[in-house]
Order: sequence, then structure tokens, then C-alpha cells
Amino acid sequence: MTIQWRRASAVVAVAAMTLAACGTPPPAGTSATPAASASTAAAKRGAGDDLKILYWQAPTILNAHLATGTKDSDASRLVTEPLASWGPDAKPLPNALAAEIPTVANGGVSADLTTVTWKLKQNVKWSDGSAFTADDVAFTFSLMADPKTAVSTSDAAEGVKSVVAKDANTVVVTYAAPNPNIYQWGVGTCCYILQKKQFEAFQGEKLKDAPGNLKPIGTGPYMVDTFKSGDVVTYKMNDNFRDPAKPYFKSVTFKGGGDAPSAARAVFQTGDVDYAWNLQVEAGILKPMADTSTKGKLLTVYGSSVERIMLNFSDPTASLGAKRGEPDTKHPFFNGPDGKTVRTALAMATDRKTVAQQIYGDGLAGKAGCNIVTGVPDFESTATTDFCNKFDTTAAGKLLDDAGWKLGTDNVRAKGGIKLNIVYQTTVNAVRQKTQDIMKQNWEKAGFKVELKSVPADVFFTNTSPDGANHFWADVEMFTNNSDPDFTNYLNGWTSKQATAAANNWNSANYNRYQNPAYDTIIDSLRTEKDPAKRAALFKQANDILILDVVIIPVVTRTQVTSGISNTLKNVVPTGWDSEMYAVQDFSK
Amino acid sequence: MGRYVLRRLLIAIPTLIVISFVVYAILALAPTDPLASFGADPRVPPEVRERIRESLGLNQPWHVRYVKWVIAIAHLDFGYSFMSRSPVMDLIWQRLPNTLAVVGVAYIIGVLLAVPIGMISAVRRYSLFDHLSTTFAFIGFSVPTFFTGLLLIIIFSVKLGWLPFIYDSTLKITSLSTLGDQIRQSIMPITVLALFDTATIARYTRAEMLEHLPLDYVRTARAKGLKERLVVLRHVLRNSLIPVVTLVALGVPAVFGGAIVTEQIFRVPGIGELLVRSIGQGDTPVVAAILLIFAVLVVMFNLIADVLYGVLDPRIRYS
Repeated sequence: MTIQWRRASAVVAVAAMTLAACGTPPPAGTSATPAASASTAAAKRGAGDDLKILYWQAPTILNAHLATGTKDSDASRLVTEPLASWGPDAKPLPNALAAEIPTVANGGVSADLTTVTWKLKQNVKWSDGSAFTADDVAFTFSLMADPKTAVSTSDAAEGVKSVVAKDANTVVVTYAAPNPNIYQWGVGTCCYILQKKQFEAFQGEKLKDAPGNLKPIGTGPYMVDTFKSGDVVTYKMNDNFRDPAKPYFKSVTFKGGGDAPSAARAVFQTGDVDYAWNLQVEAGILKPMADTSTKGKLLTVYGSSVERIMLNFSDPTASLGAKRGEPDTKHPFFNGPDGKTVRTALAMATDRKTVAQQIYGDGLAGKAGCNIVTGVPDFESTATTDFCNKFDTTAAGKLLDDAGWKLGTDNVRAKGGIKLNIVYQTTVNAVRQKTQDIMKQNWEKAGFKVELKSVPADVFFTNTSPDGANHFWADVEMFTNNSDPDFTNYLNGWTSKQATAAANNWNSANYNRYQNPAYDTIIDSLRTEKDPAKRAALFKQANDILILDVVIIPVVTRTQVTSGISNTLKNVVPTGWDSEMYAVQDFSK
Repeated sequence: MGRYVLRRLLIAIPTLIVISFVVYAILALAPTDPLASFGADPRVPPEVRERIRESLGLNQPWHVRYVKWVIAIAHLDFGYSFMSRSPVMDLIWQRLPNTLAVVGVAYIIGVLLAVPIGMISAVRRYSLFDHLSTTFAFIGFSVPTFFTGLLLIIIFSVKLGWLPFIYDSTLKITSLSTLGDQIRQSIMPITVLALFDTATIARYTRAEMLEHLPLDYVRTARAKGLKERLVVLRHVLRNSLIPVVTLVALGVPAVFGGAIVTEQIFRVPGIGELLVRSIGQGDTPVVAAILLIFAVLVVMFNLIADVLYGVLDPRIRYS
């Protein structure tokens, strides 16, 4: 059965790819569009009934710029669209408002990488029938760039000098400095275009009061019919949608709430829904459910999500008082004279294979991973492979032994009065607690003493709580994070400047408080380097430092999409770099 | 009586102020953060988070926020939700019908079943019916609702495929068939909740009846030659119901509070589900509003229960 569903989904993907390849070749540097061209022949607008989507987190707002989570952003994507999407290959895909992807080759991007000229599709209409123009795009940028609106997507507007409507169908994005991350503004979840007419009266602080936040007018395949915040959205198809053959479904019900295991039950066992999002269920439960299902199958794709163990370079000892966890303190054994030896020993005693097999179902929801920069083949380093394959608790113990960390009567190694006592924190989550158990067992074999701690996610991901990931008042911590297709901003999170401290309200990105000038230099070069091959090399270098200097221990590369879909649902091609709803107009039965 | 009610209402005001202060203080001091949902997302950097925090008014000290909130509440303005940016009252009004349709109906069914069951068990003490109802009652309040809920889902949705387990709040009852749909989707959550309510109230009724049956006035009634039916219904039941009525009245505010666990299991978008989610997300305005309304209802129904007591039992007089 396992083989059967895997093969089934593989066949769909391959068939779609082949069809796409037969058509006109896409412009260089753009994504091959799998589903888009495959479905048009058969599908007819409104031929299908109701598409039932289930998210176990309920959307609360439908303006993606004020979203507080993926659920809001995804529910908005059925209505509002960016200029282009991030395709499965981490390249921009022109399935939204842009007619083509601008590149240096087609003249859309200036040679100095400062301006990007987007050509928009002709005759696109808003769902209220009015014409969509470049003015709407420029207006959306002005909302994002205005600090008073306090939108959560404003980072994409950082460093953008202007977005100007050159004519009704042309938009020019100008960056303040040459920007190798040329699609920073306009592509993907950052930049859903809002209608100027609907939001014009609600600029600045007033944006939060805009009725359009709950009922946006969009250019997407569907329009909001009813929205009950925190519960359900129902959509009708948008009769003004630019592709006359799409969407296939007459209406969509986007139901929220409940929990992941019962969402899995709804798609695999009862068939009540067509699409169940993010089935974060332990592999031992999810796999049999998916394998024996006659109604649905699992849909997964990898992106850049990595479940990682982070090591603390600052001293989290409580007795330090105001100095606790500050970047100018040094962790007693991770950042002492033997720092690298101790960190390496910990990495060697980390059994990622068992975790991947037993907890993540060996490829079902994740695979053993060795890199932090992952998901884009060109950027994937191989220099770390040997280091990661060296799981050996005895060798780890010997390494510590040789450095003078001797086993005490309590089976804990110590040197100069410092004991290898580790507090290991993560969020409350069955999968993570099982991972913690496996780690503890092996690390203790190597002579560490491990105390496990778990914190509710709502408290863990805050800069305000002493138990949070940002304060990192523990020795190691574990969570998942992911990146945009350009890894510069993500990797910037380990530079010295970004070290969290009381002075920055524990609000920066470098929770490890890792400080390495050589690493900082690499990130600085990434800000200016234009040559793609050299950039790839820099990404690899940064990755290798983080892994080989044991700043982080990657455990599992997790699937970015882990959803369940009904066997009858067709043309669903997941991407690991954009909203799961990035091509909802192609879904059909 | 009028003076008594007035005095109680005046006492309620400081009570509610204290409750509101405690509620707000606990929420303000809790470590949850409305921005936690951004996790460690590198796309929402620190400056942006600070800006959002400011736009929510969270940069002010909490006692300042409390005073502002109390002033707004005095004008019946419950503020805006941090998560949906829509008025808190809109969210509550959207959910109240679902809560009443499920939790309210379950409560009514519970009461309607419980009183006869409790009465018959008491009159036919140690009969087969009494044993069965006792067993049933113990199962009812000792097995948690998340277990009975899951059990029903596995039997009736997964195995038999008869009933849906995802509650559709957009369903409008316009015809017999949509009414059927509404009943089908409500059966399981209502059963789960009614089981619990019935069990509690039935045990209470039974105990009260048993206390009254051997009393002198019952013997007097029987000695007068009244039929057993009349003795039980007119004399014993009426007197036994006095404390039961109070219990039922005090349970009404809990209906408004929704059924947190059951609503979550069956995805009924009720008040309980809203409350729990808002607590988790640190959506202070919503949590504070629900808890305050809840407090008002508790105070109010306490008063109603006390007044009812006097109405049902003429021996009790308020001064």
C-alpha cells in the first residue's frame, strides 16, 4: 500500500511535468509550470461542486498583510494574489498577476540589479468587475512600506526605494542598492496585491479598521462569500477571473479548527474533506492511516524546513543575574577553551537516523538532514555529510576523555569543576518530546547529563518569556525554521550583530549568540555578490561553518507541505516555497 | 423583596470590578504573546514585531491598559480582537447561536431527562431501573467528554459513516432536509454533553427525593388517603425540586461559557472554542470580554437562584 500511494502521487507529478515540457519552453530563470498547462484542456469553469478544505488552525483575518499565521495567509490566497508565485523548484512562476518573470536576459532586470520591471497580464479584472492596474500594485507597496500600518509583511519592502506604475500594465520596482535577491518584493506570500479602491481610505493606522480585511476584493479565482473569523470561510468562484476555464469548483468551504489527528481522519477515513492541511501527526499514527486509506493520500514536498538543535554560546547560568545569557558572557563548556571539542562530541552523539525513521516515518514527514541551507539543489553542501554520518557515542566519549573531561562516579563528565550538565528545551509537542528522549539517551551515553524541558509553543516563541527561544536560558534548544529561496536573510540570523540580548529586548535573530567575524564576512559578501555561482558557493560556506563549527545540529529536514488530499482531487502540485494555495485555480476533480 | 434585589445588584458592582481586575491582571502577567504565532519566522524581523506590538497598544504598561479598558467597557465597547481586528462583540455574536444550539439544547435535554429519571430511581429505589440509571449516571460524569466524543466519532463517523463530525456553522435551515442535516451534525455533540448533564442532575434529584420520602408530611399525605401518584408528584417532587431548580439556574451561565472540549472535538465554533484559542494566542480583548460577560451572568443567575428559592419555598423570606 505504501508503494501504491507514493507511486500514484509520483505519476501525477511526472505526467504534469511531461505535459508542461511539451508546451512552449518557459523563459530562462523561471519555473516550469507543472499543473497550470496540464489542466486547462479538460477543466471547465464551475463544473465542480464545493471544494472542502480543512485547516486545524482557523483563519481569523483575510488580509495577508495583517496575517498572524499561515492559515490567514493561505485563506487570503484564494482571493488575493502576488505578482508571481514561488514554484516547486524555488524559482518564480508566472501563474499570478505578472505576464512573465523579469530576468536580466529578457531585459526585465537591470544589469546592476537595482530595478525590476514587471509586465502585468492584460485585461485582468477585480472580482467587483473594475479593471486591475499597475496603480493597485504601487498602492499595495505604499501600504507595506508605511511603518504606521504595522503590517507583518513589511520586511519585503525593506530596502525597496520605490514601486512605480509606469503605465497601466507595467510596474517598476527600484531597490535602494543593488539587490541580488531581485524578487524580494512582489513574489510569494509577502506581496498579495490589494485593491486601491477598497483600501484607499484606510491607510496608516486605519488599516486595521478596514472592512476589506475581512472581505477583500481580489483578482484570484475565488471571492469571499461569508467569513466567520476563527471558524470558516466560504468562497464563490470569481466570474471575472482572467482564465475563462478556471476555477473548476463552483465554491470552496475553508473550515478551520480542531486538531491535526482528526483532520487526518477526515481526509483518510471518512472522506469528509478534499484537502486537510499540515497533518503534523506522529508517523506511527499517520502512516497506517494514510496507507490503508481508500479515500485519500498524503501530499508532501520538501522546502527549507529543518528541525534543528541550537547550541548556546552565552552563559545561561541563573546566578549571573542581569548578565544571564548576554552575548558578552561565555558558555562554560560550549564556549570555553574546549568549546569546539565538547560541541563536536554532542553532535557525534546525535542519532538523527533513528529520529527520522521512528518519529518522522523515514521520508513520510521528514528525512535525516545534515544542512541548514537545504531545498535548493545548487546550494546544498556535501562537505558536511561525513561529519553528520559519524554517529558514535563511544567515539564521542573518547573525544571528551582525550580532552580531559573525565567520567565522575555519577556518570557525568567533568573538568576543572565544570560538569557537562545540559538543559534541553523545546515546545510541548509529542513528536518533539520523543525526539528529546532519543537525544537524552545517547547524549548521556557520551557522558552528558541531560535535563529535558518543554514549554508551550505560545510561550516558547516569544521575546518576553524567560522560557522562550529568544532568551535561550538553557544549554540547547530545538525547533523548526525555514527560509525564502534566497537564504541571505535567514543566514543573517547567526551574525554577531543579531545576537539577542536584554539591550535589544531579546528580539534579534541570533538566539545562539554565536559570534564569528569570518561568518559575518560571508553574509556581508552575500549582500553584494551578483554572480549566481559565487552566491551558491557563499551559501554553502555559511552552511558549512554553522554545521562544522557545531553552532547548530540539524536533525531532520522536514516536509514543508504535509497535507492529505482526497483521491479524487487532481492537479495539486505542492511547492515548498509559497502558500499551499498558490495554484488553487488549477485544482479539479 | 424589591429592596433585597436592589441591594444585591449594588453589591454586584464592586464584585464585578474586582473580578475584572483579577482577570485583566492574570492575562497581562501571563507569558503568552499575541505575536507568538510568528514563531521564529525570519520574514517578520524584530522591528516589524515591535511595530505590530505598538499598533496593538501593547507597548503601554498593563495598568494603563486596564484603566482604558474599564472606561471602554463602561461605554459597552469591548474593543477589537488582536487576531481578527474585528469587534469582539461581533465574534461573540457569531458564536453564540452555535453554543446555544449545541450546549443549550444539550442542557435542556439533560434537565428534561434527569428529573424523571431521578424521580423514578428514588421512588423505585434498588429496582432494576435504579441500578441501571445509577450505572449510567456514574459513567456519565466519570468518563470525560473527550473520550465519549472520540468514541462516538469512531463508531458513527469512521466505522458506520452515518454522522458527520465536522460541524458546519454555515448551514442555514430552510427546508426539511437542511433541518435533517442540522440534527445529524448536532446529535453527537449534544449526546456527549447531555449525558454529562443528565447524570449530574439525575443524581441530585434522586438524592433530594430520597431525603423527602420518609418525612412526616409525606406520611400525613398518605394517611389522608391520597393516591401514591399524587403524593409523589404534588408533595415530594415539588419540595425536592427546590434545590434542583437552584442548581439548574446556576448551571445556565456555564451554557454561555460553552463546552470547551466538546466544541474542539466536533469543531463547533462556539464560545468555549473561541475562549481557549484566544487564551492560547494571547488575544486579551476577547478573553477579557468573554470572562467578564461570564462573570456578569454568574452574578446574575446567583441572584435569580436566590429569588427563585423564595418563590418556591414560602418559608424563606428576604428582608
